[in-house]
Parts: sequence; structure tokens; C-alpha cells
Amino acid sequence: MPTIVVDVMPKSELLDPQGKAVAGALARLEVGGVSDVRIGKRFELTVATADEATLAAVEKIAAEILSNAVIEDVVGIEVVE
Amino acid sequence: MTARIGVITFPGSLDDGDAQRAVRIAGAEPVALWHGSHDLEGVDALVLPGGFSYGDYLRAGAIAALSPIMSEVRDAAAKGMPVLGICNGFQMLVEAHLLPGGLIRNAHQQFIRRDQRLRVENASTAWTSQFEVGEEITIPLKNGDGGYICSAETLARIEGEGLVAFRYVGVNPNGSLDDIAGLANERGNVVGLMPHPEHAVEPGFGPDTAAAMRSGVDGLSFFTSAIASLAAAAA
Repeated sequence: MPTIVVDVMPKSELLDPQGKAVAGALARLEVGGVSDVRIGKRFELTVATADEATLAAVEKIAAEILSNAVIEDVVGIEVVE
Repeated sequence: MTARIGVITFPGSLDDGDAQRAVRIAGAEPVALWHGSHDLEGVDALVLPGGFSYGDYLRAGAIAALSPIMSEVRDAAAKGMPVLGICNGFQMLVEAHLLPGGLIRNAHQQFIRRDQRLRVENASTAWTSQFEVGEEITIPLKNGDGGYICSAETLARIEGEGLVAFRYVGVNPNGSLDDIAGLANERGNVVGLMPHPEHAVEPGFGPDTAAAMRSGVDGLSFFTSAIASLAAAAA
């Protein structure tokens, strides 16, 4: 059965405390020259068919439930067979 | 007539019992309500209590905001019923878009528990009428996701319209924008805040004060305010 992957990230202009904590740890370890880290969420939705109607439904779910538009952006919706 | 104030229990609510007790001590009748029901049982006001509904999965308060009873809460709020969201209840109110903005992980990443000083910024809501504007109160704060954020436009609007109900004083414990601890809606019937008034309602069980240990009862006025606003509406 196909899987629809939804990626959600905290809005770029807002503080991401988790990402900031990881970036701080990487800086302390002096590894890799990483200047910033942001942490988001990946949802894998298993569906019977990835047709247009299902994709439209998933877009709605992603915008209204999986993310909170006040603090997050849906950055990707992708069908993975 | 004694006011009937409902306290909704969600899976993972922790402070529903304390909220019921606060309602009783303030002089109203607490009514236990269940998240899975569509029945508000004719209550006059509602409290969404603190806790960790659904383990804070997805986002704090997000899954609880989709509960069956929340459609009735939305309707009641739209009709002007006093609704108070405390901590996780505040998170549910923003997730349900009954209050603007959002709450994210504390800026310092730590869970925090302290007796917190607050300044009352709006004393004309259903839950704050027994306070004075500028009055400072101390009630317990305990949360992991208490950082208040919103867009610059929303911030300008809520500040401009006087919707900030409470601000942190002394220390901003979680990185909240503009030290915002609590908000009201335009009508003033819906109020949400991260600190816990229901834990400061009975001498011997509240925050320490200059007068005596654990004697702080600054939270009681939230509930007496609601009772007074219901009495005023009925008169």
C-alpha cells in the first residue's frame, strides 16, 4: 500500500528550542562546522490508494491537524510507493 | 442560585481534581465533564484543566483540541460562556483557535516548576474582574511547553486590543514573547494562562507569602470573578 510522507517544520522566523539545543551541543563537540539546526516532524500515512481525492484529503489533514499554522509550516507532501 | 462550573477531564489530565476543588472553595458547584461526551450538562462556565493530555503527542493540547466535547466548548464560548484554560487547557484553547498564537517548548528546554509572580494586565474579563489592573499575584507555574509565540501582526493586535491578561514579573520562565503568561479573547469570556490558579486557593496549600508559608490564595479570585460575572449576567 502506498505511503504519503508529510514533513512539518517549525516556522523559520520562530525560535526552535530543540534545534538550538542540538546546535549548541554540536558546537561544544567542535564537530562539522554546523552553524544551525532545526528539528521538524515526518509523518508517514499509509493509504489504500494515493489518488487525487486522497491527496487532497491528506493536504487538508496536514494543514489543519498534523501542523499548527501559527507555529509550523508543511514543507512537503510526497507519495512513496 | 449556586453557579455550576464544569471541569473537563481529558486522557492525561492531572489537575482536574484540583480545579474542581478550587471551584468548590470559591463557592460554586463543580461538575465533572468527560472529553468523549457531547454533553456540557447545563453548566454555566467551563474549566479546561492542566496535565499532559495524550502525552503531549503531536503538539501539547493538539489531540485534546479535537475531542468530541470541544465542539460544544466552541459553541458555548461563541455564545459568551466563561471558559478558563489552565496550562494544558490553555494549550488546547490555542490549538482550538479560541485564543490566538501558539505554545512551544520552553526556550531553555527544561521543565520548570516555581511560584511565579504575575501582573494582571486586563481586569475586565470574566475570570479577572476581581483583580485590579497592575495588581501583582503569585501562583504556581509548572510546564515544559509554556513559551508563547505568535506572528508580529498577531502580537501587535493582542497588545493593541489589550488581550494580554497576565504578564510574567521578575523572570520570564519560558521565553514567552512580551512576557505573556495569559490571554483573553476579544469578548473577555475565554481566558487561558500557563500558571495554575487552582493550586493557590486554600491557606496551607498555596505558595509561600511574606505572612506565612503556603498561605498564598491569589488564585481564588479567578473563580470568584467567574461566579461574579455569572451573577451579573443573570441579574
